[in-house]
Amino acid sequence: MSEIKKIATRESYGNALAKYGAEYPDLVVLDADLANATKTQTFKNAFPDRFFDCGIAESNMTGIAAGLATCGKIPFISSFAMFAAGRNFEQVRNSIGYPQLNVKIGATHAGITVGEDGATHQCLEDIALMRTIPGMTVIVPADDTEVFAAVKAAIDHKGPVYLRFSRAASPVFYEPDKLKFEIGKGITLREGSDITIIATGVEVNYSLEAADMLEKDGVKARVIDMHTIKPLDEELVIKAAKETGKIFTVEEATVIGGLGSAVAETVADKHPVPVHRIGVNDVFGESGPWAELMKKYKLDAEGIYEQIKAKL
Amino acid sequence: MTTKELQKTANEVRKGIITAVHAAKSGHPGGSLSSADIFTYLFFAEMNVDPKDPKKADRDRFVLSKGHNAPGLYSVLAEKGYFPKKDLETLRHTGSYLQGHPDMKHIPGVDMSSGSLGQGLSAAVGMALAAKIDKKSYRTYCLCGDGEIQEGQIWEAAMFAGAKKLDNLCVIVDNNNLQIDGPIDEVNSPYPIDKKFEAFNFHVINIDGNNMDEIKKAFDEAKTVKGVPTAIIAKTVKGKGVSFMENKAGWHGKAPNDEEFATAMSDLEKVGKGL
Repeated sequence: MSEIKKIATRESYGNALAKYGAEYPDLVVLDADLANATKTQTFKNAFPDRFFDCGIAESNMTGIAAGLATCGKIPFISSFAMFAAGRNFEQVRNSIGYPQLNVKIGATHAGITVGEDGATHQCLEDIALMRTIPGMTVIVPADDTEVFAAVKAAIDHKGPVYLRFSRAASPVFYEPDKLKFEIGKGITLREGSDITIIATGVEVNYSLEAADMLEKDGVKARVIDMHTIKPLDEELVIKAAKETGKIFTVEEATVIGGLGSAVAETVADKHPVPVHRIGVNDVFGESGPWAELMKKYKLDAEGIYEQIKAKL
Repeated sequence: MTTKELQKTANEVRKGIITAVHAAKSGHPGGSLSSADIFTYLFFAEMNVDPKDPKKADRDRFVLSKGHNAPGLYSVLAEKGYFPKKDLETLRHTGSYLQGHPDMKHIPGVDMSSGSLGQGLSAAVGMALAAKIDKKSYRTYCLCGDGEIQEGQIWEAAMFAGAKKLDNLCVIVDNNNLQIDGPIDEVNSPYPIDKKFEAFNFHVINIDGNNMDEIKKAFDEAKTVKGVPTAIIAKTVKGKGVSFMENKAGWHGKAPNDEEFATAMSDLEKVGKGL
């Protein structure tokens, strides 16, 4: 059996920027002293004239990107999710969201997979925050292949986009030639009739593993990769509600306001069935190796399996 | 335009401010009036802009970082011909495109949406940076409030502009010395403003911001400066031109009633006749 390739989506992000930088001369990249961590360094190496380090000043970086966008540039700004979405919320809302400027926010180090840095750097709220801004597109790619597709789609999309990336290495399961990526269209990775698991980001692969475990218990779980949280693929969600009658959402983020809330809102409005939100349950994270934290917070395959079993 | 013509235009801009804020029954006359001479000089003498082609690629850019002075910006835009002066009376009305704070999506001549203090200068820096990337010659102007520069983001932006040698950027600080809670040096003093911008590697020019000749001299000088951005610290009178509004913090964000409106317009008529 060949070894499965693993790569962190932040690393894929840097590689994707460097790739598409060649195709899109208006693409510019800004960072706030974290280029080595957010992996925008890869773009910097390829296109030093189109890379701008703003230093440790995320708010200013956000405003500069807004100004660049008014002049026809396609700016990507990068920092850790805590600063890109958290510290910057109002700058993103007022300087990018309100004028609907063509700025892309590449936020890395989201969720508890940040690991050892602990709660201050583990942003669990970014999906919820960004989702509340009118006109903001929110995408959480699941693997290397999907990151390339998502970055390309973000460049081609006119308007603000928030992209969420992880620090932790995750398995690559999409084949580049077979992935059909479209903003706002979820991907059904596994058919099933008993329940539906709607996952995003690094949780997609864990959810596939959990579905395998459920299968052994005779539970047929449908698994959907909901890479775009906003605009949500409501059609796919309602279809799942109608056909499987029960939905579980899985995200490496707070259960308040993110993917789970988006799905629950849609289901409550259009076809009410039980929706169980799996994520971080209204607590702050903590320091530790990321894999241990995922286990502790029941967000790895076993944890997801256990949480689903408890609600069946 | 001659100095006299510019002064007359500035007086018309002031009338537009009073008319708009009176019709809106809210808004910010004080700072709009203190900045009226700078607005007028920028749009009638300094900037390469065309009201018939508001988005032309090589235009000079303007960002009103102190976005609450929208009545001042709208009045000068209307005076310049971007939209009918009559529309000023719809300021802040439901359904009007003249929003309480500048809205680039709907108002011709507005290059950046602004209003949340501290954010506009960063956008102006982005515009100046875009010109450098594209090797274009347009300049970017940004008007900040003296209270506004209490916001930390202003200094993040200033640090970047100085470090990246954005000599195509000109920041103007409307130093009318008053903010909502009182004199700026009593609330949380940003003085000395000139020394701060100097420390951030700006070329600094101190002027009387209600004197058209000094305004002209400052902008002419700024264009000759190479390798560093320029900051013009413009000492102004809040409420300038309207007797009962001058130097009163209370007129920062308050509309005149009908009687006060009549007095204000009569004050400005007198100023106009004297020119």
